[in-house]
Amino acid sequence: MTVTHEVLLKVEHLHMAFGAVQALLNISFEVKKGEIFSIIGPNGAGKTVLLNCINGLYHPQKGKIYFEGKEITGLRPHRRARLGIARTFQKIELFKGATVLDNIRLGRHIHLKSGLISGSIYLGKTAREEIEHRDFIEREIIDLLEIESIRDKTVGMLPYGLQKRVELARALALNPKIILLDEPLAGLNLEEVEDMARFILDVNEEKRWQTTCVLVEHDMGVVMDISHRVMALNFGARIAEGLPPEVQNNPTVIKAYLGEAEDLYVTRR
Amino acid sequence: MSRAGRWKEAEIKKDWTIPKLFLQSAKTYWDKKVAMREKKFGIWVPITWKEYYENVKRIALGMVSLGLERGNKVAMIGDNRPEALWAEMATMCVGGVGIWLFQDSLIDEVQYIINHSDAKIMVGEGQEEVDKSLMIKDRCPNLKTMIWDDPKGMRDYNDSSLISLSEVMRIGGKLDEREPGFFEDMILKGKGDDVCLLFYTSGTTALPKGALLTHYNMLTMGLNLMRVDPYLETDDFVSYLPFAWIGEQMMSISCGIQAGMTINFPEEPETAQENIREIGPHVMFAPPRVYEQMVRNVQVKYLDATWSKRKTYELAMKIGYHVADLKFSKRPTPWYWKVLNTLADLGVHAKLKDHLGLSRIRYTYTGGAAMGPDHFRFFHALGVNLKQIYGQTEIGGISVLHRDDDIKFDTVGKPIPETEVKITPEGEIISKSPSVFQGYYKMPEETAKALRDGWLYSGDTGFIDSEGHLVVFDRTKDVMTLSDGTKFAPQYLETRLKFSPYIKDVWAIGDHKPYVASVICIDYGVVGKWAEDRNIAYTSYSELSQMAQVYGLIQKEIAQMNRDLPALARIKRFVNLYKEFDADDDELTRTRKLRRSFVEDRYKDIVNGLYSDADNIHMDTTITYENGRVARINTDLKVMKVPE
Repeated sequence: MTVTHEVLLKVEHLHMAFGAVQALLNISFEVKKGEIFSIIGPNGAGKTVLLNCINGLYHPQKGKIYFEGKEITGLRPHRRARLGIARTFQKIELFKGATVLDNIRLGRHIHLKSGLISGSIYLGKTAREEIEHRDFIEREIIDLLEIESIRDKTVGMLPYGLQKRVELARALALNPKIILLDEPLAGLNLEEVEDMARFILDVNEEKRWQTTCVLVEHDMGVVMDISHRVMALNFGARIAEGLPPEVQNNPTVIKAYLGEAEDLYVTRR
Repeated sequence: MSRAGRWKEAEIKKDWTIPKLFLQSAKTYWDKKVAMREKKFGIWVPITWKEYYENVKRIALGMVSLGLERGNKVAMIGDNRPEALWAEMATMCVGGVGIWLFQDSLIDEVQYIINHSDAKIMVGEGQEEVDKSLMIKDRCPNLKTMIWDDPKGMRDYNDSSLISLSEVMRIGGKLDEREPGFFEDMILKGKGDDVCLLFYTSGTTALPKGALLTHYNMLTMGLNLMRVDPYLETDDFVSYLPFAWIGEQMMSISCGIQAGMTINFPEEPETAQENIREIGPHVMFAPPRVYEQMVRNVQVKYLDATWSKRKTYELAMKIGYHVADLKFSKRPTPWYWKVLNTLADLGVHAKLKDHLGLSRIRYTYTGGAAMGPDHFRFFHALGVNLKQIYGQTEIGGISVLHRDDDIKFDTVGKPIPETEVKITPEGEIISKSPSVFQGYYKMPEETAKALRDGWLYSGDTGFIDSEGHLVVFDRTKDVMTLSDGTKFAPQYLETRLKFSPYIKDVWAIGDHKPYVASVICIDYGVVGKWAEDRNIAYTSYSELSQMAQVYGLIQKEIAQMNRDLPALARIKRFVNLYKEFDADDDELTRTRKLRRSFVEDRYKDIVNGLYSDADNIHMDTTITYENGRVARINTDLKVMKVPE
């Protein structure tokens, strides 16, 4: 998707501390509509904390977050989900005992209008609504992520790589405007990394989706390949922001990774 | 020979073509009958004969607009889906010649066939096939157009040679508006002896050879098969094996169009087994590996089941085997065995058949490679009518077939009508029928070797037994001579061993050698599960294959098979290979036949090691991944003896 100038997500002077540990230190940035915006940094830099603040799991002590121009700093996570903010987790947070399809359906829950009673009778409008949603899931998600063969399998029985894919599927079921991806490539093998990178690009570029992505990831090869802009954090502070090559060659960023200097350039391809 | 009343036999005249039959069936059934179904977005979507006809018409006219002329070649690649069949039928309607490529063909194979066949148009499925066409475009001067139908990932492609199937159909629709009747005129111009398919055979030895098959060849093949086993218009068939395999053409095209069966397409290749169960086909034709996998699935489930379930299964199978053996030996089944078998069927067999998708099966065939007797007996014990088909691509895929009441699992059956099979004094199987091909494209010498006075020389060694059944020994050049001078078929050992769920592939060696040895490829899934159950940790196939416990397991399996073999044919030493045999490494053909001369050369160190006193063989070699990447392997393989 072509990146627009329209600002979708804006974070202003965010502070977050856990006791004496400063997790986020005066973080400000903007994500434009249509972008893949990546956040990199060494372990403990505050990347996941930042995502947690954006989708409302954590409440920052100071600072403001705007989504589509409206302030959302005080909103509960489910309200933010309703606005179109979806996310995936670094450690898989699926319902392991439920099937893939049921997990995805849960992500769609927010769009269901029928109540408990009409839902249990399952007549007329409710049935039609469920069929429409199932159709959406089949056409737009299962087909896109190529998970036809596992739709009726129990999530807990699936290999890790496929569970990661189901995480993405559930987030997409929300039909989000922005999707926060927390290390979607961690723990995947080479082939799975390639697949997942392609799915992220599809979600960002396919006409049907054109979803803005905020990506937290350690695989620098993929980050530098697919991101429009990259921001680097270290010890809770923003140390660089810009186009991928700029950030990659930024001396401060390289220094932040010192000791892990090789890490920055590690790619699985 | 049985004949069901409902099956109407068409008279195949010399001027009949596949498109003419297609036209006739489409007009007869129109919107009253479902021609095919595809599972799409989780739902089975029916396609009537009317839609089938309309789609083929628009694609054919679109191809004409793109410059396709009579006799031009169209290459097709991709998974089984309705669009694939439409494109093939459309090519034939124009009077063109269809070529099928295996969907997992590597780029060099694609390039070779496109160039050798002079294909002008390529029809692919999506991004993967489009990428292949773009990579070879500059090296294939004849290739002008690439048609694709799945838009996934295609957003950034704008090469001028690419066109979407929907666009082809739109152009075709326009031409139809301007010149209604043009399509049917085109079909009526076709003649029976026009070539309709250029079929590249996998070839266990050399480069692929392109067999030229006419409409008459294809139609008589289907007709003569159905004179033995009639298919009905109410039958369902699931098309999931590669169209580049002649067996799939036999069912989907030749028999499909003559019988009017409904052809069903699975959602994705990975869901095929599940989709087969949902459809419950009446007819099935698959190479042995499909049946081997089914048996392995059952065996693995059995190993995992509770004690009471295992005992019930064992009892039911014992009854099933007894009844099947009575049937094989053509002895009557006493009434009490019938009662027991019915009980076994109710309790176990019926459920197993349901899980395997075989509940409604009337005829199921294996062909294309040898199948072991144990696999054969297994299916008959379940009450599945599994029969052998024997034939080459060069004879439309079939010349010999088992009859329902005359099945012997060590033979391939008797010739189908209008077909003669003889054995030359040298022991080679030769056959003659109206389906014998026209020759190899651009290979007159090869043609002269295979086709003499209308007889097709198969290159297989065999004999005809006292009951008139053909017994196929092995490929002539593969037959091995044991140390005492007796001839032995390596594939017999290999198919027997493959009945073990732990063994996926076997290569038996022993031609002019002091004893028989073998190279084993373990089944990663099953052996991996076996190891996990015993808390044996492993990280990869190569590591697992070299573990002492796994060697012990395989040794036991071989020792058990050895018991039924003559002393000299017993396997004395073996190694577990560090990888599976793979078509991408040229070790197997695309139809998964072992390319013996190739592996002999590639693994000569292993062969030498098996015939020395060494306990270890050092290996330093490369493997190719599907995307063309190459990795180096440097490892030691253990050699193990099998005790007497």
